[in-house]
Amino acid sequence: MKKPKVLILRTAGTNCDMETAQAFSLAGGEPQRVHINRFIEGEAKLNDFSILAIPGGFSYGDDIASGKVLANELRYKLYEQIRAFAASGKPVIGICNGFQVLVKSGLLPGFETIDQELEATLSFNDSAKFEDRWVYLKSPVAGRGSRVKCLWTKGIKKIIYLPVAHGEGKFIPKDKEVMDRLKKNGQIVLQYVDKKGTKAVYPFNPNGSVENIAGICNPAGNVFGLMPHPERHVTKYNHPQWTRKKLPEAGDGLAIFVNAVNYVLETGK
Amino acid sequence: MPNEVKIIGILNKTDGELLTISSVNLLALNIQEMKTIQEYFRKLRRDPTDVELETLAQTWSEHCKHKTLRGVIEYRRQTVDGRWQTETIDNLLKQTVIRSTKELNLPWCLSVFKDNAGVIDFDQDNALAFKVETHNHPSALEPYGGAGTGIGGVIRDILGVGLGAKPVINTDVFCFGPPETPFSSISEHILHPKRIAKGVVSGVRDYGNRMGIPTANGAVIFEESFIYNPLVFCGTVGIMPKKYIDKKVSAGDLVLAVGGRTGRDGIHGATFSSIELDKDTEISAVQIGNPIIEKKVTDALLQARDAGLYNAITDCGAGGFSSAVGELGEECGAKVYLDKAPLKYQGLLPWEIWISESQERMVLAVPPGNLTAILKIFNDENVEATVIGEFTATHNLELYYGPDKVADLDMDFLHNGVPKYTRKAVWKEVKHKEPDGRRQVADGGKNKLGITLKKILALPTVASKEWIIRQYDHEVQGGSIIKPLTGADNDGPSDAAVNRPDLNSWKGFAIANGINPRLGLIDPYWMTASVIDEALRNITCVGGDLQKTALLDNFCWGNPNKEEQLGGIVRAAKACYDAAMAYGTPFISGKDSLNNEYSLKGKSISIAPTMLISAISVVDDVRNSLTMDAKQNNNLVYLLGDTYNELGGSQYFALSGHLGNNVPKVDFLKARALMISLGNAISQKLVCSCHDLSEGGLAVAAAEMAFAGGLGMEIKLADGRWQMADKDKNDTTILFSESNSRFIVEVEPKKAKAFEKAMIGTSFCCIGKIKSEKNFIVKGLKDKNIIKETITALKEAWRGTLKW
Repeated sequence: MKKPKVLILRTAGTNCDMETAQAFSLAGGEPQRVHINRFIEGEAKLNDFSILAIPGGFSYGDDIASGKVLANELRYKLYEQIRAFAASGKPVIGICNGFQVLVKSGLLPGFETIDQELEATLSFNDSAKFEDRWVYLKSPVAGRGSRVKCLWTKGIKKIIYLPVAHGEGKFIPKDKEVMDRLKKNGQIVLQYVDKKGTKAVYPFNPNGSVENIAGICNPAGNVFGLMPHPERHVTKYNHPQWTRKKLPEAGDGLAIFVNAVNYVLETGK
Repeated sequence: MPNEVKIIGILNKTDGELLTISSVNLLALNIQEMKTIQEYFRKLRRDPTDVELETLAQTWSEHCKHKTLRGVIEYRRQTVDGRWQTETIDNLLKQTVIRSTKELNLPWCLSVFKDNAGVIDFDQDNALAFKVETHNHPSALEPYGGAGTGIGGVIRDILGVGLGAKPVINTDVFCFGPPETPFSSISEHILHPKRIAKGVVSGVRDYGNRMGIPTANGAVIFEESFIYNPLVFCGTVGIMPKKYIDKKVSAGDLVLAVGGRTGRDGIHGATFSSIELDKDTEISAVQIGNPIIEKKVTDALLQARDAGLYNAITDCGAGGFSSAVGELGEECGAKVYLDKAPLKYQGLLPWEIWISESQERMVLAVPPGNLTAILKIFNDENVEATVIGEFTATHNLELYYGPDKVADLDMDFLHNGVPKYTRKAVWKEVKHKEPDGRRQVADGGKNKLGITLKKILALPTVASKEWIIRQYDHEVQGGSIIKPLTGADNDGPSDAAVNRPDLNSWKGFAIANGINPRLGLIDPYWMTASVIDEALRNITCVGGDLQKTALLDNFCWGNPNKEEQLGGIVRAAKACYDAAMAYGTPFISGKDSLNNEYSLKGKSISIAPTMLISAISVVDDVRNSLTMDAKQNNNLVYLLGDTYNELGGSQYFALSGHLGNNVPKVDFLKARALMISLGNAISQKLVCSCHDLSEGGLAVAAAEMAFAGGLGMEIKLADGRWQMADKDKNDTTILFSESNSRFIVEVEPKKAKAFEKAMIGTSFCCIGKIKSEKNFIVKGLKDKNIIKETITALKEAWRGTLKW
């Protein structure tokens, strides 16, 4: 079968594009790293790809607010293309800075594909500094969790272990109404937990995110954003304790990329 | 001549007047150099322009030319029996550091001591480039900007080696004053050590993280002599296809400036680094960084390289365009139109444009036929690229401002005209006060050694650097295999970093460092030997291969015009030669930063003589690498190597403010044999964990291994063999001596026999066991408990100090 084409969208300051491309390769996709300028100029079309990934980094230096400039480029220069891509049900993922971009462009929570007003934000960590550390993550507990229909985390039931590396990762919904909608729609995909899988406090919740939220998806479940880096845990040798633990060969993050590739293969998107 | 250019009258000036010209214009040229320049222009029968004088000053600066280490040194040394030996050394670097590389003549050293970084063989297609730089003076004045542009600068060295390498890992080593230094005890004109430390860490964090290069290795030393002159070392490793190692400019190539614009920041950076700091030092010499521009340059540059669009490249570092174009055009000649350089703002004088050290700029030599294609690549990535001149066949450097020629210098004079110095150097041993051993030991009461151990673990130099490490993205690019923090709770101190630069291969490399300025205060020879040994120990611990390991040197000293300072440098350089030859580990690059002094009320305060050694080793299969954390209950604990009465310069002595004299020495050949045997044992998978013994000696290393693994340990000193006279032999000395070439390793009981066989011919003994009960217990020579602490208590002592 033909490998799904994955767009790794990059711009000035993107810096996780290589390893994100590598993760999609391992998952069976065919990644291509393309600068956003090519889409703005019309040289490339989003629609030519089956999966869109916005990798981590410091797009445009994050000088205004993390992800803001790239978010505005998507929102104002590529509005129709990106709206159509998200609405078509094709998988979209934003990792770390990419998550910030999805939230600040209105693609997430994406109550209306692209929200007119921003419904949430990612703000400065409670620790007030950039931190690189590994975190335990879990989909919301069974019962409520059954309604989580994010295609990217299908079948991931146990606790997964991924690194975060950010200074602005504290997820804050606009108000209680937004939070209730996220819960009701099953849009909360990943939450920080402690080692045992129970409620996390710092440093298990590394940034002070409301309700320990680490990642959310849109109501349809195809657009997914998360602060942790699944592409940094695709083999067991990425795990910080691989020298002392018996671990499966594939890292916890790989399943996320495999899910998207398989989804495209199964649905023909 | 345009109004913006001044003619500086020097032809008929006296020596005194020449020196005034040099100091008023911050040229840092001495009288010999000024007279050489005067003579050159006398022959031309004209006075120089300010552009010409500034060009010469930057090119001839200590920073660019390394005049001291490449000059003639008359060295005198007092031997043990009090007699004096003398020796004349012509070009110290060539006689020591570089000589060892030549004599070892290893085929995997691909490009050494000639380009922006040292280059070694990696795999069939690729090579690794490694460079470590200092950015000391800027970091003293403006810690955030100084450190940020330090890392930015060394990254550009990697981008500018050969036809360019891709940066894959950063390393950062700092020396600061003690963080708890009282404000009242320091001059009001300097920044407090803690302020400097925080600023430097933030600067490295913000630059390195934005560049998307993991910062995965480093060290931080806190020592009083760095209150006035902190040291900031920044290093970068890059990977490049071997076919891009060489560059060659052709006459007719265009001079293409890419990246940042030129501003007034960083004027006189090169010469300023040769001048003692004081309260009136100008801060405008510090550059202003913008990492995103450099990231864009990196993205575009590697595409242009792979498309084969340019013949040569170098970075604008110290001296700016002046040194970049000067270096590239050295063999042919160059013509530059200064008014074409894009500026941050108007109003720069021609000489300022020429020597400004504004950041994120690279200079390329582009064949005219490739110009359209290369401009498209830069334009596609939103990077400014401007033709500012061309390389010629005139062997002259010609600079224009508008229609007017504002400089015309012979390339040969510019690069080779600097007069050779003869400097005097002297070395004699200085006796330092020894602490009263008994009083020191006695102050802990019951369990006194446990308390001493916790105090040493809490010393800022020994303590956990987690607060710093976590602020660096040490995993971006996805190649991190051994991370800086390791163990059961991801918080133990790794000995070295292991990384794989190609995610489709398991081949990788390890990087490590060795530094210990306290030993430099006693004897720079043994300091240097010790830190080379330390860097190599660290490499060995993670599974690196001693026989595929290369070294970098960084000399940081005070004013080399002082005979004793230069004497220390000579001794350190000699140790570099001796060690490199014995270990078989070649030096591939290096750097010196001299004049780390501060003038306070007419008195000069110098840093402790400091040598940083950085090591890089190719690791054939990163899946065989190793960490330092204890793994399993009941495993055996071995001590490898000999322990002597060597508390001189130790952290134990630092507790009572002493230095002592028994500096740790190295038996190079014995050390090499031990490291090779241990390396073999590791590759045969006979070792579960391995940690090197450095600051704090056996007690600290063993405690770290235990608490990093979340397990207890019991060791028995009576089971060890100790290389010291009976009168010196006591528990304290054994626990805290910092003898070199020692490791603590964990071995499964079923592999003990095979391990011991692998280690035959080296010095080793089994001194204890890993325990599931979480206590760290040491039984002394009399077989009584001399330390009993929970690993939690030890770890908390170690983690508490730098939790800012």
